[in-house]
Parts: sequence; structure tokens; C-alpha cells
Amino acid sequence: MSDHDHHHEEEGPHSTFSGYMIGFMASVILTAIPFWLVMGDVLSSRNATVVVILGFALVQILVHMIYFLHMNFHSEGGWNMLSLIFTVVLLFITLAGSLWVMYHMNVNMMPSMMTEISGSA
Amino acid sequence: MSHSTATPAAGNPEKFEFLVTGDHHAPNGTLLGFWLYLMSDCLVFAALFATYGVLSQNYAGGPSGADLFDLPLVALNTAFLLFSSITYGFAMLQMQQKKLQGTMFWLAITGLFGLAFLGLELYEFYHLIHQGAGPQRSAFLSSFFTLVGTHGLHVTFGIIWLVTLLVQLRKYGLTTANRRRLFCLSMFWHFLDVVWIGVFTIVYLMGSMS
Repeated sequence: MSDHDHHHEEEGPHSTFSGYMIGFMASVILTAIPFWLVMGDVLSSRNATVVVILGFALVQILVHMIYFLHMNFHSEGGWNMLSLIFTVVLLFITLAGSLWVMYHMNVNMMPSMMTEISGSA
Repeated sequence: MSHSTATPAAGNPEKFEFLVTGDHHAPNGTLLGFWLYLMSDCLVFAALFATYGVLSQNYAGGPSGADLFDLPLVALNTAFLLFSSITYGFAMLQMQQKKLQGTMFWLAITGLFGLAFLGLELYEFYHLIHQGAGPQRSAFLSSFFTLVGTHGLHVTFGIIWLVTLLVQLRKYGLTTANRRRLFCLSMFWHFLDVVWIGVFTIVYLMGSMS
């Protein structure tokens, strides 16, 4: 039984104070900059702001994954990472697919276009 | 045909043992299983984000995000959640050093930050509904309330789980089972913070610009 318990001692990732602090500091900076960009109206172009804050969000998600969720390529024999990659692929298909299809539905089924088609027929 | 795979070979009964009784708990089985649950939860949020992305411009003549969102409030809420993440990290560090009191202390702090987050979000929802910008006002607001509300619901259940674990820790201490539960809640809590990054960027920051 003691051997069994000992086996569980090593369950879960080992975390360090410095790891959490690096993650926290990076997150604070990566959160503060997007808020500053939007609230201060820093960039004149709306599209540029969108691209920049999405980039910051992506980097911050990576920071959280590495420093808080302790993601790596060898935990659970690589199954953690494999399931994450699979989920990210599904996530991309869901988001990109929905936005792409619905955008074209909206554009191509505008009332003006409907009358155009019926008028030419 | 004498070696048909359908008939069991005599003297080899182990062949049909599906349940291996000796090693009843695979190492890290729970943590991997919980991670897979989180990934499926991730897909729920993907669907909600996609819905919001499609409907976020459909105001139906109602108010837009730029009219409604109070960014300083959102920044404060984000700070609460981020602080709760680091305090949960401190609880895990205390757990590694087998310090029960420290673990419980930081867990309680995490719970308080979670409650502050939830309180501020409920205040925001109440304020919006009071203004006539409830979920029934427009497709934009329906998808907004669904997405942000689902995240808030997750935080609520996270807090209930956290309080349950506090009681468990008080009664049984840092047992193997309790440590495993703390690891699972740790993943859940940090995962919610990851989802919130998407929420404040896509919903609040991008919504405030339009």
C-alpha cells in the first residue's frame, strides 16, 4: 500500500515560484498593453489595433498554457499535447468556418442582390 | 480454419480479461481524463465564440458594444481573475511543501478573487438589463450574454468546487486524493482564465472599437 501511495506522490506537474511569477508578470504586461491600445485610442487604424490585440491575446494564451497549465510535449506521454492540438484544429475549423460561411451568406443574400436577380430573370 | 479467432484458445483465459484488476488506477489517469474534459469544454466555448462572431454586428437598432461596455470595469475584472490565477499557483506551491494551512489560506484568497469577479460581472449584467440592454434586445446581446454568462457559470461552479475542497482539506488534510483534486481544480481554474483572455479581447476590446 505504501508503495502504491508513493507512486501517487509524483502525480501532477512540479511547479516553481519563479515559473508562476514569470507567467504572472508576462500576463500583466500582455493584458495591460491591449487595454491601453484600445482605451487610449493609440493606433489610428482600427484594423491594425484588432490585429495587434489578437496577437497579444494569442501570446498570453501561450504564456498561460506554459507557465500555469504546465503544458509540454512529454506530460502524460504526449497525450496532453496531442489532445490540445486536435482541439485547436477543431477550434480553428469551427471559428473560421462559421465566420466565413455566415459572412458570405450575409453578403450574397442582401435584399439588393435579391431584387437584382429577380429583375434580370 | 482450426485456429479461428472467435473461439478462445484453451488454457489461455487471460485473453478475455478486459478489466485488469492488479493496476486499478493508471498513473495520472485522472489528470489526463480531466484534461480531455477541459478540451471538450474548450469546444463548447469555440461554438459560443463562433456564434458571437457571427452575430456581433446584429444590433437590431439597439445599442452596440461601444455604447455599453465599461472598459475600466472590465480591466478590474480581468485583474481579479489574473490575481486569482497566481494565488491558486501559490496554493499549489504550498501543497508541494505539504503545508496544509498555507494551501487553505491561498485557496481561500483565490475564492475571494473569484467571488469579486463574479460580483462585478453580475453587477454589469444587472446594469445592462436595467438599461434595457438585456439578452432579448438583439442578436448581439443574446450571444454576448450566452458567451459571458457561460464563462461566469463556470467560475461559479469553480468556486463551489473550491469551497468543497476547502471542507475536504479541513477534514482529511493533504491526502493523495485531495492533492489529485487540487490538481484538477488548478487546471480548471487556469483554463477559465485562458477563456477569459479570449472574452476580454474579442468581446470587450474589439466590441468597444466598433
